[in-house]
Amino acid sequence: MPTTYQQPTERGYYGPFGGAFIPEMLYPNVEELRQQYLDILADPAFQQEYQQLLRDYVGRPTPLFEAKRLSEKYNTRVYLKREDLCHTGAHKVNNTVGQILLAKRLGKTRIIAETGAGQHGVATATVCALMGMQCIVYMGEIDMERQKPNVYRMRLLGAEVRAAMSGSRTLKDATNEAIRDWISNPVDTHYIIGSVVGPHPYPDLVARLQAVISEEMRKQLLEKTGSELPNYVVACVGGGSNAAGAFYHFLEEPSVKLVAVEAAGHGVNSGHSAATSVLGKPGIIHGSRTLLMQDEDGQITEPYSLSAGLDYPGIGPLHAYLADSGRARFISIEDEDALKAVAELSRLEGIIPALETAHALAALGQLGAGPDDVVVVNLSGRGDKDLETYLKYADTIL
Amino acid sequence: MNRIKNVFEKKQKGLLNVYFTAGYPSLHDTVPLIKSLTQAGADLIEIGMPFSDPLADGPVIQASSTAALQNGMNMRVLFRQLEGIRSEVPETPILLMGYLNPVMQFGVENFCREAAAAGVDGVILPDLPLDDYVAEYQEMFRRYNLRPVFLITPQTAPERIRRIDELTDSFLYLVSGPGTTGGANTQAEGVQEAYFERIEAMNLRNPRLIGFGIGDKASFQRACEYAEGAIIGSALIRALEGTDDAPAAAARFVQSVLK
Repeated sequence: MPTTYQQPTERGYYGPFGGAFIPEMLYPNVEELRQQYLDILADPAFQQEYQQLLRDYVGRPTPLFEAKRLSEKYNTRVYLKREDLCHTGAHKVNNTVGQILLAKRLGKTRIIAETGAGQHGVATATVCALMGMQCIVYMGEIDMERQKPNVYRMRLLGAEVRAAMSGSRTLKDATNEAIRDWISNPVDTHYIIGSVVGPHPYPDLVARLQAVISEEMRKQLLEKTGSELPNYVVACVGGGSNAAGAFYHFLEEPSVKLVAVEAAGHGVNSGHSAATSVLGKPGIIHGSRTLLMQDEDGQITEPYSLSAGLDYPGIGPLHAYLADSGRARFISIEDEDALKAVAELSRLEGIIPALETAHALAALGQLGAGPDDVVVVNLSGRGDKDLETYLKYADTIL
Repeated sequence: MNRIKNVFEKKQKGLLNVYFTAGYPSLHDTVPLIKSLTQAGADLIEIGMPFSDPLADGPVIQASSTAALQNGMNMRVLFRQLEGIRSEVPETPILLMGYLNPVMQFGVENFCREAAAAGVDGVILPDLPLDDYVAEYQEMFRRYNLRPVFLITPQTAPERIRRIDELTDSFLYLVSGPGTTGGANTQAEGVQEAYFERIEAMNLRNPRLIGFGIGDKASFQRACEYAEGAIIGSALIRALEGTDDAPAAAARFVQSVLK
């Protein structure tokens, strides 16, 4: 089967990226998932339950909002896909709702997850509460500090939050700890990965569960602009789940320019950055061959971004392929410009975005979009969780 | 003749394979440790190539890997250290254990060439999938006479165990139970024994060494009841923590297991 952007090969490759580089201990679980995920996702009973939860629990479809004042400022037509209005405040719940139903069908009773900004952890804790499943979330110690409200939310929802104390004590290390937990609990546990990363079939599974974002966009664009196809789709990329969902149904539409926005941190060449498409080389992280920030010896280097959700040294293999093939344009945005974009959206449209999402918004000025162009920004999450950071950097923001 | 095959021919029971992380506790301990472990009675030596993100390892080996990297260990340094090791330790099999990414960045063929030149006998790369090994590296490993060692766990299906056995010409690495390296056995009584007996009854062509959670004389002897021998890693690393004479501490540890 040839690779398309939407569909990896049977062994999970998007071009040269993907695969399943996992220790033998994980093989039975990952293989079980690989053999069953497409059948389960296609099962009408699964779809009925999934669609009903997306509608009645998550609050889908999320609106596509024409941001008129922002449009005026950038002299183009900006639409915001309001994933921030999903239950729990970000797109992450689209995936966790789907994966918890999958876990039930696989007969699993215990759920583990990793989280960076805490949005995926909250979304996982939420669906575990809904389904009465045990939930353990691994979170880097640094991230627990900078995203405190989400730690409290997870605990309130009944999840156990375990601090990842190794390495940079951020998302990469939380993922390592979750994988080690799965190695130790191979029979009863399902690992709900929060992004389009990890061994095959996770990148494809998560992309399919997030694809509802672009499916809705097409319908809404037709209604509002007369065409299903915009000129640009813009989304931030850490691992890349919201970007995968926002791009999915436009991947095979060459007229639609896809723009992935990474976190440059203090600057791409500052040594404190998470701009993987620029700084990464092909390598293996968390079971997947992808672009990876590493030193010349193949040791994974510590990324940096003020945003906990983008602070990851790899990107999903789909995004590595989009970058490598030129199908998507990658832009990197520094901390300070992301913070300014927080203020801009708050003041112009009355919407306080998550710090991750603000990176996508900060790229608006770099697109080269004309007055008649339709630009959709995936507003992946809301900013409540970041208020402490926004207060701390009030001088930059205001 | 391969040194791994030799050692299993000479000794059918109670083989001790010890693991330590290259460059730990200090950068230049690698060769003195190989010598002292061998002299103390270890039958096989497994040298860990430190990696920043060792997914299959528990906290003890993780910490030793981090320390080794801080000490300046990398693949080039390790191969330089191993030059001439075969004039001092001619018979004992030496295996390199590590993760795929550093090997890929070094270049898999470069890695095989250097390892073979140093007199390395076998390679353990837990995150190298079986199918990828067969498709991309099997021929290369053969050319350099490097024997791969694959892991088998309690969840590995019988037909997959057969396939691993067929692809192996050294020994099978039996992971003792669910968990990363250095963890205690938390399985219900009899579960582990049933697993070992199930594998034994398969009459596989390769000998077996049991690893993960083996750490002292008692657990070593128990493992040896079900296999040709066992692998000890984390417990040795712990014995090296904070010592200023790593070779002596290593020898004392091996003696405590074998006495």
